[in-house]
Amino acid sequence: MGWFNSRKTITVESDVLVVGGGFAGCGATYEAGHWGRDMKVVVVEKANIERSGAVAQGLYAINCYMGMQWDENQPEDHVRYARSDLMGLVREDLGYDIARHVDSTVHKFDEWGLPMMKDPETGRYQREGKWQIMIHGESYKPIIAEAARKSATEVYNRIMVTHLLTDKKNPNRVAGAVGFSVRSGDFYVFKAKAVVIGAGGASHIFRPRSVGEGMGRTWYAPWSSASAYGLPLPIGAKMTQMENRIVLARFKDGYGPVGAYFLHLKTYTKNAYGEEYESKWYDETKEIVGDYIDQTPMPTCLRNHAMLREMQTGGGPIYMETREAFQDPHKEQVGWENFLGMTIGQAVLWASQNIDPKERMSELTTSEPYVMGSHATCSGAWTSGPEDYAPADYRWGYNRMMTVEGLFAAGDACGGTAHKFSSGSFTEGRIAGKAAVNYIKDLGETPQFDNAEIDRLKTVVYQPMENYDVGRNEIVAGTVSPSYISPLQGLQRLEKIMDEYCGGTSTGYMTNEPMLERGLELLQFLKEDIDHLGADSLHQLMRAWELNHRVWASESVTHHTRFRTETRWPGYYYRADHPKLDDEDWHCFTLGRYNPDSKDWEMEKAPAHHIID
Amino acid sequence: MPTFVYMTRCDGCGECVDICPSDIMHIDPTYRRAYNIEPNFCWECYSCVKACPQHAIDVRGYADFAPLGHSVRVRREEEKNTISWKVTFRDGREKNFVSPIRTTPWGSIEDPKDFPGPTPEQFATQELWQEPDALHIDALPTLAGKVKV
Repeated sequence: MGWFNSRKTITVESDVLVVGGGFAGCGATYEAGHWGRDMKVVVVEKANIERSGAVAQGLYAINCYMGMQWDENQPEDHVRYARSDLMGLVREDLGYDIARHVDSTVHKFDEWGLPMMKDPETGRYQREGKWQIMIHGESYKPIIAEAARKSATEVYNRIMVTHLLTDKKNPNRVAGAVGFSVRSGDFYVFKAKAVVIGAGGASHIFRPRSVGEGMGRTWYAPWSSASAYGLPLPIGAKMTQMENRIVLARFKDGYGPVGAYFLHLKTYTKNAYGEEYESKWYDETKEIVGDYIDQTPMPTCLRNHAMLREMQTGGGPIYMETREAFQDPHKEQVGWENFLGMTIGQAVLWASQNIDPKERMSELTTSEPYVMGSHATCSGAWTSGPEDYAPADYRWGYNRMMTVEGLFAAGDACGGTAHKFSSGSFTEGRIAGKAAVNYIKDLGETPQFDNAEIDRLKTVVYQPMENYDVGRNEIVAGTVSPSYISPLQGLQRLEKIMDEYCGGTSTGYMTNEPMLERGLELLQFLKEDIDHLGADSLHQLMRAWELNHRVWASESVTHHTRFRTETRWPGYYYRADHPKLDDEDWHCFTLGRYNPDSKDWEMEKAPAHHIID
Repeated sequence: MPTFVYMTRCDGCGECVDICPSDIMHIDPTYRRAYNIEPNFCWECYSCVKACPQHAIDVRGYADFAPLGHSVRVRREEEKNTISWKVTFRDGREKNFVSPIRTTPWGSIEDPKDFPGPTPEQFATQELWQEPDALHIDALPTLAGKVKV
């Protein structure tokens, strides 16, 4: 069985186990530390929580803040906004829950030392837009990580969690997780009474526009490897809205954000000939989505749609007109610091191409699709709602508990709650952290471990290294083996399948039933082939398991996309065989589950309750 | 724009290895200095550049789309709580920016467990720690009694 069997097994006992130390995970850890004082709260992260997750690089704005103390917005307003942006479909109970708590989170960030910009006249937080407030957020993540470290009983960095464990007696109950140290190679078994999944959504499941050295310049971080879905799916957790992938209109190639540019700097887009183009596509878009186009602000996907149609019909490149705004030195400073604070690569790109936005406009484009749950999209687990008001069919347990007992979701892992961003993800982590403590307090029998399953997983986890060790002796040298493929080779196959069959950039985000069927067939081959990944190092072993999680997520995305036979979010993707929004049949959530016993994917609809007028 | 490491400046301390979110900064076994093992998984997040005590790490824009001859240099100073940027264009023009990174001393965040613990009643409420006070409003909003489904 090879040298890897000599790896040490380290068992960590815990009460609350938090998987993923990004914003959601840090929020869960922080809050669980308060409520579970007599409990052991453990957070495990594949990188270093000081700079991990989607906010590793920093942020220049907090995009979810109500300002209830100044009566700026109420939680109901935020639900209406997210609902309208997502074409009618959000979990209003969960969205309201985040919105009513998020201000207390932001006030903590302020108290902890996050530099908040203030409006010089009112002294309030400087608004960038209705929901956004501006920050100097270079150290946003290190500050939040400090809070989590203070509150956690133990922090485990550089442990890649590969699988969740279930209770020996009840397979629909979580019992912990296993993984390995990316540094020492030791096998880790985390035993837990409750598990909060705070792991990241998915970049790199669709082929990115930049594929060479630049493939890392995805909009969402390349380390967001779909563990938010790849961990809960195999044990049977139900997902929702996995078809609701997001496409971002961003500065071309650098993917610099546009929020502050539109909202604060008042820059605007035009086509190659200097014309406003959105209104040109109004009638055509109305044909597809009906009255949804008349919502204010116009839903993100429909703005994408107008840009896409303009580019498809020869109006590109699309430009962001920056020259007027950048004549103001303050606005110029904000424009640059916005990138330096959160997307440094865009500043590098401008410097390399001699683009001074004061003198030249800059190109925009639409990105490859991403699957995540915290931005203008809401893929993720189907979870139980807040105890005080959630509709009965949205409530089966503790707040944010998935359909698997003891397993909680926050951030990208939690479905139906769009527009939570950094502050909302941390807040959702806090909600899940308290709920997990309450779950444990009420718990009778503790989970039982299946030692044979743990032993089996120990072999499975290191299999890619075994595959490489055996297979490399078959060939002289190089990367071509008949017995294994590298994690990168597997990833590129996945990206090609998803791009060409499931609505990536190469088809203009278009797919249909026969393409999705064929995509599923090819994904099945890939799913079999990832048992034959070859990893030459612990780093590549991490890449192998990231790919595994991405493949699980992709399969779920493809099943959901096939199930929803309408085009609800033109600009995100199109079902060519069902080219219109269909409220009669599809004003509902899609729920999908991998059945671990039958190995089948089960799809169903759930009602979209509108609990806010 | 992946990172690279200058041979003469790196002393192999490993700070970049410790911080990289993508696990792509590794120590070369021959030279005992750090290098980027997987540039195509680099998000140009600058975490390693900021962490390097020797300022040995720099970035060269992604070869696919960034022409040569630019630089974006950074100095992050926790003792001053500032971050300073120097952007140099291909044509030699320069821009400089300085921003605050934190308003409180590093390490000053308090552990919730240093505060009084929750009362038994508080577990059953929807309030998170220090709510409703931390909301700066009188009470946590709720839809209880208002939902008709």
